[in-house]
Amino acid sequence: MERSEIKFWNGSIAVAEGALAAGCRFFAGYPITPASDIAEYMALRLPQEGGVFIQMEDEIASIAALIGASWGGAKAMTSTSGPGFSLMQENVGLAAITETPLVIAEVQRAGPSTGMPTLVGQGDVMQTRWGSHGDYETIVISPSSPQESFDLIIRAFNLAELYRVPVIFLTDECVAHMYERVVVPPKEEIEAVERLKPNVPPEEYMPFKPINDIAPMATAGMGYKVHVTGLTHNEKGYPMTTSPEVQEWMVRHICDKIRRNEYKMRDIEEYRMEDAEIAVVAFGIVGRSAKAAVKMARRHRIKAGLIRLKTIWPFPESYFESLADDIKKFIVAEINYGQVKLEVERSVHGKASVELLPKFGGAVHQPSEIYEKIKEVKNGN
Amino acid sequence: MEINATQHPMDKYLRADRIPHIWCPGCGLGIVLNAFLRAIDELKIDLDKLAVVSGIGCTGRIAGYINTDSYHTTHGRAIPFATGLKLANPEMKVVVISGDGDLFAIGGNHFIHAARRNIDITVIGVNNYNYGMTGGQLGPTTPLGARTTTSPYGNIEHPFNLCHVAHAAGAVYVARWTVLHAVRLKNSIKEALQKKGFSFIEVIAACPTTYGRRNKMPDALDEMRFYREHSVIKHGIDPAEANIEIGKEIIVGKFVDIEKPTFNDAVEELKRKVKKK
Amino acid sequence: MTYWVEEKEKNVHGRVYIIKDRCKQCGFCIEFCPQGVLKQSEEFNAKGYHPPKLVETDEKKCMGCGFCQMICPDFAIFVEREEEEDGKK
Ligand code: SF4
Ligand code: SF4
Ligand code: SF4
Repeated sequence: MERSEIKFWNGSIAVAEGALAAGCRFFAGYPITPASDIAEYMALRLPQEGGVFIQMEDEIASIAALIGASWGGAKAMTSTSGPGFSLMQENVGLAAITETPLVIAEVQRAGPSTGMPTLVGQGDVMQTRWGSHGDYETIVISPSSPQESFDLIIRAFNLAELYRVPVIFLTDECVAHMYERVVVPPKEEIEAVERLKPNVPPEEYMPFKPINDIAPMATAGMGYKVHVTGLTHNEKGYPMTTSPEVQEWMVRHICDKIRRNEYKMRDIEEYRMEDAEIAVVAFGIVGRSAKAAVKMARRHRIKAGLIRLKTIWPFPESYFESLADDIKKFIVAEINYGQVKLEVERSVHGKASVELLPKFGGAVHQPSEIYEKIKEVKNGN
Repeated sequence: MEINATQHPMDKYLRADRIPHIWCPGCGLGIVLNAFLRAIDELKIDLDKLAVVSGIGCTGRIAGYINTDSYHTTHGRAIPFATGLKLANPEMKVVVISGDGDLFAIGGNHFIHAARRNIDITVIGVNNYNYGMTGGQLGPTTPLGARTTTSPYGNIEHPFNLCHVAHAAGAVYVARWTVLHAVRLKNSIKEALQKKGFSFIEVIAACPTTYGRRNKMPDALDEMRFYREHSVIKHGIDPAEANIEIGKEIIVGKFVDIEKPTFNDAVEELKRKVKKK
Repeated sequence: MTYWVEEKEKNVHGRVYIIKDRCKQCGFCIEFCPQGVLKQSEEFNAKGYHPPKLVETDEKKCMGCGFCQMICPDFAIFVEREEEEDGKK
């Protein structure tokens, strides 16, 4: 029996090593600060593991290559930051409509536009959800530490394979660059999910007909001669560009397979929530200062708690809705001008107050800033 | 007497439930598809190991008609998609068939870089001088002076010479034919499919519906006659000398056929070298 | 590399098959048949086009070169080559 290994890794290495552990064997990317470390590390490691690394001519090409590689049968990943992720959006839609498993590691920096390339941001939450046109769903996961970068990127791959969907691993400049202890479990303890393959003869195979929400996926060379298109298509994969019924069926399918299973993807860390009256909602790097702030508040006998979202999309709406029966005050701390806050507000259906604690300037909230906000909310202004 | 038939020998390579195709009468795309299928037929390529990737546009529809693993991607992105597919699954023969606008305007960057890397794929670029599907707009190959819906006074931009671009970017095989050269086209496709590395074939094809009718060739037959009268075969010529201009001769032939290590081989070599035991 | 056009061979004839309903009347097969053995028929197909037919005069004139089947954009015509007893391949 092999034992766990202790590593001292930053969040980028942890993402790359986690991806390899999950079975990633294809990486296509384009240099961008602060995400290049992941690409550089993959360039070093992938060939050692028998995989392929390619630096493409831009981010559009990178994600197109990922979709191609995924249909070629590989587990595929890219890494990028906000501007590059913006460029990828049309093909995020292609991956969603063609139900292609892949993982995008998005290392957030301060935007908009070229913004502050070396400084942290969390302004891409809505882009991960709504970046491409039309109705679709993605899964978005956010780590707070190198350890979680390792653990959760494996989960990201598994969910991508399980639900045939692009998964965005929404990390940030701080988590990606911070070095910490990472416990790497022995190989046999890492669960890597493989996509469902068809077991029917090619004549009977319907590449987009779901069985329990998900259609088995026949990749290139398996003999199923699948047609895959970004046009609205039927269960056979054939374009149906004027059929209202097919469009409705298809859109409902690609959205509902995620919405219906939200509770299975839900991943929330609760800290001191048992008797909390004020809940601080945070994700990514801010989760850490929010936790420190909650501890400060508790030392001052303020009943604060932390809700840290590890899965951001699909948003745990019903979780917040029922929580709002007991908790009447929410603070959302995020390094942007209000994104997750909108979702929390929507989810509590007016049963609780939701306040934004934004952060500007490419920095993380200090615990004391969050603590001050908790006090302010507690005192009711 | 001619004999009435219901099945065509190439039907076995087509998705029967998707034929007839959507292309206009006299559209050259059907000829390209036919030549491609015959090349596959003659080479006895295993259809299970062939992937056809297209972008968007009239040509982009080709993928959907061929009974093989076929991928109709986003506008301009067929080549990077094909790059990923081929690298992830090296045993597949990967062919991109798409139009001039798709491959050389919106997707131009991908074309030159795939050629530069010498990715082991074949690209068949159908050049009909305009954007057919969207109604006949100006494209990167529209000849100087030609009328399109977005160059109503005549095109004032200089067009790309696609073979020159391909050659300059590093393609190992470059040829140009018109659809009238259907047999030579088929043979060229066969060569390209057997070639290791980035091979490119430009096919000049009539688009009577949106291009021809604005440029004094409303009937596809007129354009085909023009090809007959004005094309000159010049194998091995420097593609730089094969510009296309209105009313001038169209130089066709095989321009480039060289050997160069492919990206795919380099990747495999690298894996062997650094692989962890 | 050879660049060959299928040559005319002695004693080889073609049997022409037409899938009438696929024809879109582009006229390519008629125009470019080297033997001039095809012409437009009077008949309408399901789409309202006139598919080609063989000229009646000389049935054996088709030499089975296959150019019509290469040039047809609509998979509407094909030929089978027939060799006569004394013909060599
Ligand atoms: S618009 Fe032009 S390219 Fe498109 S199908 Fe018609 S003739 Fe062909
Ligand atoms: S096979 Fe050749 S000769 Fe016969 S009809 Fe066709 S083009 Fe004409
Ligand atoms: S080439 Fe084909 S479509 Fe055109 S006239 Fe002949 S049979 Fe009809």
